[in-house]
Amino acid sequence: MTAPPAPPPVAAPLVDVRDLVKHYAAERRWFGLGRPRPPVRAVDGVSFTIPSGRTLGLVGESGSGKTTVGRTMLRLQEATGGRVLFEGRDVFALDSRALRALRRRMQIVFQDPYSSLNPRMTVQETLREPLEIHGLAGTVAALLDEVGLDAVFAKRYPHELSGGQRQRVGIARALSVEPQFIVCDEPVSALDVSVQAQVLNLLADLQARRRLTYLFIAHDLAVVRHIADDVAVMYLGKIVERAPAAEIYALPRHPYTRALLSAVPEPDPKAKKNRIVLSGDVPSPAMPPPGCPFHPRCPHPLKSARCRTEVPPLREVPAGSGHLAACHYAEQPMK
Amino acid sequence: MTFGSWLALVVAIVLSAEVVRWLRHRALRHERWRRFFRHPTAAWGCGILTFLIIVAIAAPLVAPLDPIVQPDPVRLKNHAPSLTFLMGTDVFSRDVWSRFAYGARVSLGIGALGALIAVSLGSCVGAVAGYYRRWVDAILMRGVDIGLALPRIFIVLMAVALWDRLSFAWLTLVIGLTSWFATSRLVRAEVLALRERDFVVAARALGVPSSRVIFGHVLPNAAAPIIVSAALSVGNVLLLEASLSFLGIGVAPPRPSWGNMIADGAVTIYTAPWTTLFAGLAISLVVMSLNAVADGLRDALDPRQDPA
Ligand SMILES: Nc1ncnc2c1ncn2[C@@H]1O[C@H](COP(=O)(O)OP(=O)(O)OP(=O)(O)O)[C@@H](O)[C@H]1O
Ligand SMILES: [Mg+2]
Repeated sequence: MTAPPAPPPVAAPLVDVRDLVKHYAAERRWFGLGRPRPPVRAVDGVSFTIPSGRTLGLVGESGSGKTTVGRTMLRLQEATGGRVLFEGRDVFALDSRALRALRRRMQIVFQDPYSSLNPRMTVQETLREPLEIHGLAGTVAALLDEVGLDAVFAKRYPHELSGGQRQRVGIARALSVEPQFIVCDEPVSALDVSVQAQVLNLLADLQARRRLTYLFIAHDLAVVRHIADDVAVMYLGKIVERAPAAEIYALPRHPYTRALLSAVPEPDPKAKKNRIVLSGDVPSPAMPPPGCPFHPRCPHPLKSARCRTEVPPLREVPAGSGHLAACHYAEQPMK
Repeated sequence: MTFGSWLALVVAIVLSAEVVRWLRHRALRHERWRRFFRHPTAAWGCGILTFLIIVAIAAPLVAPLDPIVQPDPVRLKNHAPSLTFLMGTDVFSRDVWSRFAYGARVSLGIGALGALIAVSLGSCVGAVAGYYRRWVDAILMRGVDIGLALPRIFIVLMAVALWDRLSFAWLTLVIGLTSWFATSRLVRAEVLALRERDFVVAARALGVPSSRVIFGHVLPNAAAPIIVSAALSVGNVLLLEASLSFLGIGVAPPRPSWGNMIADGAVTIYTAPWTTLFAGLAISLVVMSLNAVADGLRDALDPRQDPA
């Protein structure tokens, strides 16, 4: 008789990201002889955890560093600093063999369905490659069926498919290695509105059926509303607010989240709503403003000199609520 | 010229015209190949190349005489072109047409094989440098810089000095090994762009081994520039072979190559210009045809022109 395997500790998250940093070194001026330019701080100290079977929505404007977070976590790019623990193991410390094994557990779905499939491979070839490499028993037909594609697509090339069909193939490819965790990098942003809902539903179904854990990246709060359990909002490489989804939609504590939320179309047309339009452009991540990175665009009425000098830490407001915000005035959120 | 060789020559001409006609017909069905034939010179280039390739392959049939025998060095030397000697005879009374046909074998053979070696090697080096970047790239590309700066004639001269006389195989190898630098740069640039594409990132995320990512995902998508550069390479290699043979360090006489023939005829260029004219013309025609074909291929294989 064998003892039943010890159940995993309830609190242990599947994915644990600690202080992740990714800087892109800039080219030096004057053909490499001049003063070095400051590096692009694409990701600047990001931490979050995702419990097994749950979804974290990662939201932010273009250039805020969302894709970089996803790719460094999967070691598709080398991180500058920080740690990523997957089932308690340090992903950045793995040797190449352990990394190969890990590749089966963590997958990614891309934003652009046109560049994410090899144009010279049929759907069948694309899906068979990972099965072959990892010696898996799955079949192309079963994978296509799982993502709702007819078996006739197996013989097609990507250019013969629509955007939605390609995205389904991309999802099938990620599923082929039977992962536990999938980074969905804006998987519906490039699709027609009518197709977006279908693909979102497919991802939700797959999550339920396969007990998947998602990091779901999006550039607005509307898309993640129905799929995310927790939401993290990124601005200039930093997380400015993180909270359970219901909380963040009901009471956003960071003015940036508030502004993003005001852009989400309200299901009830009668609901009164004051749309906040942010002034100015997103500053360059190579030269983030001092103090609160959001202060130059911040519409908060209480904005003060403190915002310009002192970096607001990401802190729990109110204490014990699990709602984190990086704003000096998180206790008095904007209405 | 015997009746048999006339017949073979006519068949070769008709055959190459037919091949081009057939290709054109097939091309109607594909947008890409329609683009190829939209270049007026591409069809001519194809025709000329096909004709010369047929002549090279069928040399024993189209050539009436052995290219090496000297029928009558006294009375038949420097004979002007006639019905018997289609391209005349050279200073040793050898039939220029027969030497031309057998020379096509040697010259086109070295051109094709040398270019094959050059393009394969250049693609591999370029792909490895572009894919791995960092120090691998730095080392390989500095090597390529040196390779591009060294005069190739000098390298071949050194090889000749070391091994006395290069056999056909060695000559091809030496030419191929000194002609890949430009291709590797081109492929590297292409790979640098391709490696950032999502489908390559996806392959890495799936744990596909690097070699398989390079040869299965990256290089097939760089096929277009590689094919174009292969076509141009054949011309370059052919020209290099011609200059080496002209200098007497290429193909060993009496074996004919187009470069050799120019060298043999150089002394009688005023009295018997036909001894050099046809070989020179053939080299120019091949290079021009290859450039035309490469232009057509560049258009045909350009994915930006593909209908969505
Ligand atoms: N390879 C790179 N080299 C230099 N800078 C880069 C590189 N990749 C990304 N960046 C920079 O890092 C920052 C974050 O980029 P990232 O792609 O992660 O943003 P994102 O939030 O995913 O944006 P989007 O919504 O447009 O996808 C940007 O300022 C971008 O210009
Ligand atoms: Mg992105």
